[in-house]
Amino acid sequence: MILDSKTPDGPIAEKWTRHKFGMKLVNPANKRKYDVIVVGTGLAGASAAASLAELGYNVKAFCFQDSPRRAHSIAAQGGINAAKNYQNDGDSVFRLFYDTVKGGDYRSREANVYRLAEVSTNIIDQCVAQGVPFAREYGGLLDNRSFGGAQVSRTFYAKGQTGQQLLLGAYSALSRQVNTGKVKLYPRTEMLDVVIVDGKARGIVARNLITGVIDSHSAHAVLLCTGGYGNVFYLSTNAMGSNATAAWRAHKKGALFANPCYTQIHPTCIPVSGEHQSKLTLMSESLRNDGRVWVPKSKEQAEKIRTGEIKAGSIAEEDRDYYLENRYPAFGNLVPRDVASRNAKDVCDDGRGVGPTGLAVYLDFADAIQRDGRDTIEAKYGNLFDIYEKITGENPYNVPMKIYPAVHYTMGGLWVDYNLMTTVPGLYALGEANFSDHGANRLGASALMQGLADGYFVIPYAIGDYLATMPYDKVSTDHEAFREARDKVDNDIKKLLNINGSKPVDHFHKKLGKVMWDYCGMARNADGLKKAKKLVQEIRDEFWSDLKLTGGYDELNMSLEKASRLVDFLELGELMIDDASLRDESCGGHFRSEHQTDEGEAKRDDEHFAFVAAWEYKGEGKPEVMYKEDLVFENVKLTQRSYK
Amino acid sequence: MKLTLKIWRQKSAGTQGKFIKYEIDNISEDTSFLEMLDQLNVELEEKGEEPVHFDHDCREGICGTCSLYINGHPHGPHQTTTCQLHMRSFKDGDTITIEPWRAKAFPIIKDLVVDRSAFDRIIQSGGYISVNTGGTPDANEIPIPKDVASEAMDAASCIGCGACVAACKNASAMLFVSAKVAHLGKLPQGEVERHARVQRMVAQMDEEGFGACTNTGACAAECPKEISLTNIALMNRHYFNASFSH
Repeated sequence: MILDSKTPDGPIAEKWTRHKFGMKLVNPANKRKYDVIVVGTGLAGASAAASLAELGYNVKAFCFQDSPRRAHSIAAQGGINAAKNYQNDGDSVFRLFYDTVKGGDYRSREANVYRLAEVSTNIIDQCVAQGVPFAREYGGLLDNRSFGGAQVSRTFYAKGQTGQQLLLGAYSALSRQVNTGKVKLYPRTEMLDVVIVDGKARGIVARNLITGVIDSHSAHAVLLCTGGYGNVFYLSTNAMGSNATAAWRAHKKGALFANPCYTQIHPTCIPVSGEHQSKLTLMSESLRNDGRVWVPKSKEQAEKIRTGEIKAGSIAEEDRDYYLENRYPAFGNLVPRDVASRNAKDVCDDGRGVGPTGLAVYLDFADAIQRDGRDTIEAKYGNLFDIYEKITGENPYNVPMKIYPAVHYTMGGLWVDYNLMTTVPGLYALGEANFSDHGANRLGASALMQGLADGYFVIPYAIGDYLATMPYDKVSTDHEAFREARDKVDNDIKKLLNINGSKPVDHFHKKLGKVMWDYCGMARNADGLKKAKKLVQEIRDEFWSDLKLTGGYDELNMSLEKASRLVDFLELGELMIDDASLRDESCGGHFRSEHQTDEGEAKRDDEHFAFVAAWEYKGEGKPEVMYKEDLVFENVKLTQRSYK
Repeated sequence: MKLTLKIWRQKSAGTQGKFIKYEIDNISEDTSFLEMLDQLNVELEEKGEEPVHFDHDCREGICGTCSLYINGHPHGPHQTTTCQLHMRSFKDGDTITIEPWRAKAFPIIKDLVVDRSAFDRIIQSGGYISVNTGGTPDANEIPIPKDVASEAMDAASCIGCGACVAACKNASAMLFVSAKVAHLGKLPQGEVERHARVQRMVAQMDEEGFGACTNTGACAAECPKEISLTNIALMNRHYFNASFSH
């Protein structure tokens, strides 16, 4: 298979404009003859569903949550980037593009990233028009702050709840279209398969989570806006329900899965406190604008802190190692996430970690509070400090926060071309579910930007180009392909309910998570990955022979939902390991300990690995086949990424 | 710590429910309330019993999915979401009573899970600014005073969990509706439609079967996001003005 990215010709700054002009259009009267399915109602899904309905398409929107407003985009805290240059500090579309390509460690597709930077400014206009209450200056204009990997202030924010406000904006646009009848909503409904007729995506099979009824929905195109797969690791900052099922089942129906090993470990999360823990909580990266990261210089002092003999405050200034400021003077505490995470791991591995487990570093606001006053810090980060105190019982105004990296985002995802179409015609992937914009490491405040760029400003054009070639006729859900997909989904669920083993779902999920974290987490190596592959296969075998499910088929059964999602994580986990083994270099969040510079930074091998690895499913138990999309850099020079 | 839990169990919407008593041991004080229920569910499943169903998702206090009426308070003893409640708020030997939200407009689906789609329908009736994608002016073209933006933000912080309805003796949704009316009505972008918006949202609220507001303030006292009662006053004013302008 040859992967054609369909990247338009011409200078990078003109590609999108030219491409838009070259695309076919569907006239307004004909749009109502087309049906589009949107799976997922986060930033990408809600914005796409609303925008397509406004254009006149008939949209069906699905989410497993009880309301579209609860998709996990809601939890994004810090902000959204846009190249507005309102601060007059040297920002531009090209700089945002450049920072994003560099931040992704030169493993993303230039043309997609440029388009993202280009439409970023429209997103802010759109959101303000919808009533998103972004933070403002006293003069009434919009405020900005800076985020990791950038030396300009281009991040727009709404307190520490930017994701919430952007999602509520998209949700309101979606709700308006529900009211007009152009969108039909299916909450508490989970997509379990995509239906392909004559080589094209023509619908989905979904389970009503309350009644258990398995239903089919036919359409002319299907959009997967289903987020990332961080929950492979069991413990992550994702919501409990976030899952890879839609993307993985699409993969098994022919959509290639790209760069599955690229996962982002976020440096500032509340450390794990014990076995009971079900999820990890992020503390926004924006905190690194004012918080200083440090650990004690000596192992002895760190040990005394761990045992509770001394407190952070009793460590003298000269005995503190502000390791990010020291190692990276140009970016200081605002280095990109992968760099900050790896450094935290290094100092903890060195025996200088703090907290009862030794797996934590300090994020200290004492200097900022002294400099700007407590009120200023409270206005900026008040809600984050409250969250921290509720979870840990410690007050960060008085003692430094303790943080440690945790799985947060997945840069890998379904392979898409420039039009966001997967390798299955008519099947699109938007937002975190695709792979295209963040390379091997996503910069802070760029996920919200990408989700909304894809949904508001890319897909409305791209989908017309495809639908214009499609006949209006609808495929009946009595079609053979629909029946087969329904039968398979029905069988799969019954199979899970009939295992009758002895252990609940979480037992297996925790085991999988531990293997993935230990061997395919912040640092990876060939031997560990080999071992992990075997371990994952063993867990999968154990799962299929010893899972115990209670409750029935035709009712609300949350354990069944979890088990069904874990089936896919257990398969995807293995592909992540294969991908990490294949990529015999370090880049961004993918750190192979065999490949590091003398200073311990990720060492890329551009000669052999400047490509996207896109995997094709070949059937049960068969190894997947990898296809390469070579990455061509015409506008950004490949260099060793430096933040010093 | 060791606890006694009295939990409302109900197989489905149409069946009779009842309280069932469970004993649970070895709960650490760093455990969250929902993780305590996770632990109970693992024990139940190992015994072959059906786990207690409850809604939850982000577990960081922002998605609004979790609910639970704990010892007579929505989201428990503190003004926070249930997922942010930790067991250090309880004592060894405590008995904890856990019920679903109780309101006619939030019918029970199973155990502690209720149907809050009425809230979505209220937003669909008018909880938005009518702009399409594209063609919007530059974001800095409409200056908004910092305090106005900040008041709008406070109102917009509502997570739609339904605690206000659960806390109210009349099961009124006034705090929820007024938060959206205030968020959009305070901003210049949303002012244009403020009269039509409030009328449509109130009509939908009534149709869903929520009760009337008698200003007891229980909603604001229990709201995990501290949505202010003044939003209700603002909504009443918009509603009153709207009845003269149409």
